[in-house]
Amino acid sequence: MDMPRPDAAILSRKARIVARLREVLPADAVVDDLHELRAYECDALSAYRCPPLAAILPRSTTEVAAALKICHDEGVPVVPRGAGTSLAGGALPTADSVILGVARMNAVLEVSYTDRFIRVQSGRTNLSVSGAVEEAGFFYAPDPSSQLACAIAGNIAMNSGGAHCLKYGVTTNNLLGVTMVLMDGTVVEIGGPWMDAPGLDLLGVVCGSEGQLGVVTEATLRILPKPEGALPVLMGFDSSEVAGACVSDIIKAGVLPVAIEFMDRPCIEACEAFARAGYPMCEALLIVEVEGSEAEIRHQLDLIMQIARRHTPVELREAADADQAKRIWLGRKSAFGAMGQINDYMCLDGTIPVSSLPFVLKRIGELSRDFGLDVANVFHAGDGNMHPLILYNANLPGDQEKCEALGAEILKLCVEVGGCLTGEHGVGIEKRDLMAVQYGPADLEAQLRVKDVFDPKWLLNPAKVFPLQVTASRRAG
Amino acid sequence: MNEMRPASEAELCEIIRAASGPLVVRGGGTRGALPAGAVLETGGLNGVTLYEPGALTLVAGAGTPVAELEALLATEGQRLAFEVPDLRGLLGREGTSTLGGVVAENASGPRRVSVGACRDFCLGVRFVDGRGEVIRNGGRVMKNVTGYDLVKLLAGSRGRLGVLTEVALKVLPRPETEATLCLSGLSDAQAVEALSAALGSPYEVTGTAHLPGQGTYLRIEGFEGSVRYRLERLRAVLASYGAGVEVASPWAAIRDVTALAGRPGDLWRLSLRPSEAPGVVARLGAEAVVYDWGGGLVWALMAPGSDVVGRLGAFSGHATCLRGGVAGPEEPPTIATLTNGLRLQFDPRGVFA
Repeated sequence: MDMPRPDAAILSRKARIVARLREVLPADAVVDDLHELRAYECDALSAYRCPPLAAILPRSTTEVAAALKICHDEGVPVVPRGAGTSLAGGALPTADSVILGVARMNAVLEVSYTDRFIRVQSGRTNLSVSGAVEEAGFFYAPDPSSQLACAIAGNIAMNSGGAHCLKYGVTTNNLLGVTMVLMDGTVVEIGGPWMDAPGLDLLGVVCGSEGQLGVVTEATLRILPKPEGALPVLMGFDSSEVAGACVSDIIKAGVLPVAIEFMDRPCIEACEAFARAGYPMCEALLIVEVEGSEAEIRHQLDLIMQIARRHTPVELREAADADQAKRIWLGRKSAFGAMGQINDYMCLDGTIPVSSLPFVLKRIGELSRDFGLDVANVFHAGDGNMHPLILYNANLPGDQEKCEALGAEILKLCVEVGGCLTGEHGVGIEKRDLMAVQYGPADLEAQLRVKDVFDPKWLLNPAKVFPLQVTASRRAG
Repeated sequence: MNEMRPASEAELCEIIRAASGPLVVRGGGTRGALPAGAVLETGGLNGVTLYEPGALTLVAGAGTPVAELEALLATEGQRLAFEVPDLRGLLGREGTSTLGGVVAENASGPRRVSVGACRDFCLGVRFVDGRGEVIRNGGRVMKNVTGYDLVKLLAGSRGRLGVLTEVALKVLPRPETEATLCLSGLSDAQAVEALSAALGSPYEVTGTAHLPGQGTYLRIEGFEGSVRYRLERLRAVLASYGAGVEVASPWAAIRDVTALAGRPGDLWRLSLRPSEAPGVVARLGAEAVVYDWGGGLVWALMAPGSDVVGRLGAFSGHATCLRGGVAGPEEPPTIATLTNGLRLQFDPRGVFA
């Protein structure tokens, strides 16, 4: 994965740029020490690293605006950073860029239970948004796996999803408004605690723009009343085709579970070894969760189990209580950790039409054999968002390149069957060069034109999302 | 000039490239403004190209009549969950509502308050921009963060950025049954309070409207047993607002704002913070209003020429005039700069009226 060559003129002006930033920010909010800058050299795509020119850690919208105005004047690229949990390299700096970290901006600004929203500074973590309203019986719905650590700013940048979005939607469906600072320092208020836009839906295009249109400093988020209860059921099948057919039948029957999670044999085995959740050894395992009162849960689970039985499951296990429910989720929730323990892995994020599931799994199996690398599959089956984990050895020369090549083939396969490159992680640098597989030149150009409007000088996170050769002329200008 | 009605996307591109004056893009002409200009009809771009009930996905040409989609979905026990309003009665229009028109207006009914707006169910679009180029964005899958979300930008863009030619939608199962609870005699303020309490409960209310002088309505949908259970629990939550009675479904009338149809006067639509709505309505001095979305949406019928902008003052939300001679409040300059910038990028020659 290439990154643009740093601009020598900017590197040579480091002292002056840092001095100017110190004029508008508190002393502890500007980091330029080489050792300290190591903390910002990568995100969760840790195979790629590069310390930035400097890092700034503002505490308010005003500070962000003042700092961005200086970077704009100086022509310095700015890479916004939430909590640095991006799996796509969304927060990877270049040597000539300033990292703008929002982690210190984590206050709750307003909560309204009557109007069902919370307004927070964007550095607040996803889970602590729910934490701020849970005593009143509310929660914030999008629940990415990294929710303990990830920041709302990053959730908005990547339009993050989670296991429960089959029912509750992803970030864009739960975001009501933002305070955003444009690259030139202009503060823009978009949306608020109401339910639609008066003109163009700018909020809709800001969400998921990977920090390329502006720096979101505050967000108004929809909060929802917590359901009375929830219970999962676990089912094992002797083929992924049958598991896929079962998912489709459940959805067709009019039941809308909050989550349908899928794991294949390699994944089940790794999770068992790691977490000992007591999963059956089989080809495909589904965890289906429903919500409501006790009676409602009973009714939905009965329907789901009836459908499952028609597909002759090798295992059908209901959680009798909260403890058993926890055990059913335990393996799934530790899947990534389990994989990390046995190997280095690369986590893909393509989405496919649910109907293509058996074909795609079969092809992934073939590709895995061709490349000589194991692939374990764990994903959100209800919405077709796959997470194939490619296992490799980072210490083995050439293995990472091989892994990336296999990853690219799998993502191309997702696009071929009518899906997309990324369902919830974002493009970042990881899938940047595959964008032309999904979109034609005119489709990409239309997106670039949107950035032209928000960031005419192409200084905000400029080396991400689009193939470098496609953006070269704009970044140079 | 005759109406233009391209039969294909390629023909549409040619028309746009050749256009010298403003084009008025029109689906069925059943909603939205009808400015001056040569009419460009999208009805020829019709037909369902994909429907997978097991994946909750439907793809169709923008000119496809909504009624046709709803009939098709009904055969599989599914529906468009955002509940398309039919505003023909309210706006005095005729014609056949199309998918493209609905998406271009982000037209969303009472269920918007809980399940989301039209834009939340749009998975992908194809459109032709003002340069006459075909642009694709999104796709047909439910989760997609590949590149910028132009689907949301086009939804609700009212034909000002491009002409939609195809839309992929997420659809949902039609529930087994529904029930409506009606509370009587509440003031606007009490009504919005009651609706907020209901929306803050775990009983999944999917309709929350208030018609002053008529009643305050709450809808619950789902499996029969579950609906019964939740209705009773909801009654308990709302006990302090009166006993409430179960009534026949008023939701088509609420969705279509029939209470204000066929009456003279200026017509305004307000989208606002629900708890502020009763105060705003009091300031307006409207002849009649309908509250939907738990108070977050207000339709107001005003005496002709009323100074709505002046009476509204500052409030959390926005107002649009749908009928009458008065323009709505202007966008803040920062938003206007971005909006105009986007229009210039997508329609540099100003082809779309």
